[in-house]
Amino acid sequence: MITLTDYLLLGAILFCLSVAGIFINRKNVIILLMSIELMLLAVNFNFIAFSAFMNDTAGQIFVFFILTVAAAESAIGLAILVVLFRNRQTINVTDLDTMRG
Amino acid sequence: MGFEKFLFYVFAIVLIFAAVRVITVRNSVHAALFLVLAFFNSAALWMLLQAEFLAITLVLVYVGAVMVLFLFVVMMLDINLAPLREGFIKYLPVGAAVGLIIVVEMGLVEVHSRLFAAEQYHLIQQPAGYSNTKVLGEALYTVYVYPFEIAAVILLVAIIAAIALTMRKRPETTKYQDPAQQVLVKRGDRIRLVKMPAEKKL
Repeated sequence: MITLTDYLLLGAILFCLSVAGIFINRKNVIILLMSIELMLLAVNFNFIAFSAFMNDTAGQIFVFFILTVAAAESAIGLAILVVLFRNRQTINVTDLDTMRG
Repeated sequence: MGFEKFLFYVFAIVLIFAAVRVITVRNSVHAALFLVLAFFNSAALWMLLQAEFLAITLVLVYVGAVMVLFLFVVMMLDINLAPLREGFIKYLPVGAAVGLIIVVEMGLVEVHSRLFAAEQYHLIQQPAGYSNTKVLGEALYTVYVYPFEIAAVILLVAIIAAIALTMRKRPETTKYQDPAQQVLVKRGDRIRLVKMPAEKKL
């Protein structure tokens, strides 16, 4: 018998792995984008688990919209990445200091 | 331990392994492929939760479109990997500590508190003829039709933004065809009739 807690813990572990990934790979924009995708996946896990265990489709509808927005986000993020590489020949985050941030 | 529980643990362990490899692997192409593995295992776990439509959508949209886009960009850009990795060992303790703290905190909340009362809920076994896709579609096109249209607009904006960002202006020397001018051309622009006397016989 798989319980709700199992799914929630799996989502929590996945979320923390992606947070750790953002800390570890803070120079590589591509891995940062992939970590964000993993984070959204972990959130979707919680939504679907609650939706299935409480018999409420609203959670699954919400996951549908999260998938839509995540696809748009990664498409625009990769487009920005391509333009960035074309202009600066690097995707290293530490080299992107034009705005002195 | 039932067969479902066994399946859950297999998929969960492979999923966590794939997620660990995504954030630690040296090569970005390998990271993208491990992310594909993670998405496949998540789709299998969503199947266990009786969310077939979203499981298939995850495979089709994420593995089929988004990850192919990722792989395409990673392979197209000629990236020097060495400088991207130099802070890895330095940031590893911080990242591991933050991740561990968050997972312990979340675990304490989820396991020990009665906040969610998680043990009182059981996975609802839907009857034989139940269609997850049909239920989602009925909700999506009636109750959630307005958010659905907004999602469509968001995708349109994403398409336009991605094209507008990456489109390159060609240099001035490039010669273009102007279809409007091609259509508007008159006979007189192309043909010049010259009146000349016929050759005389010598």
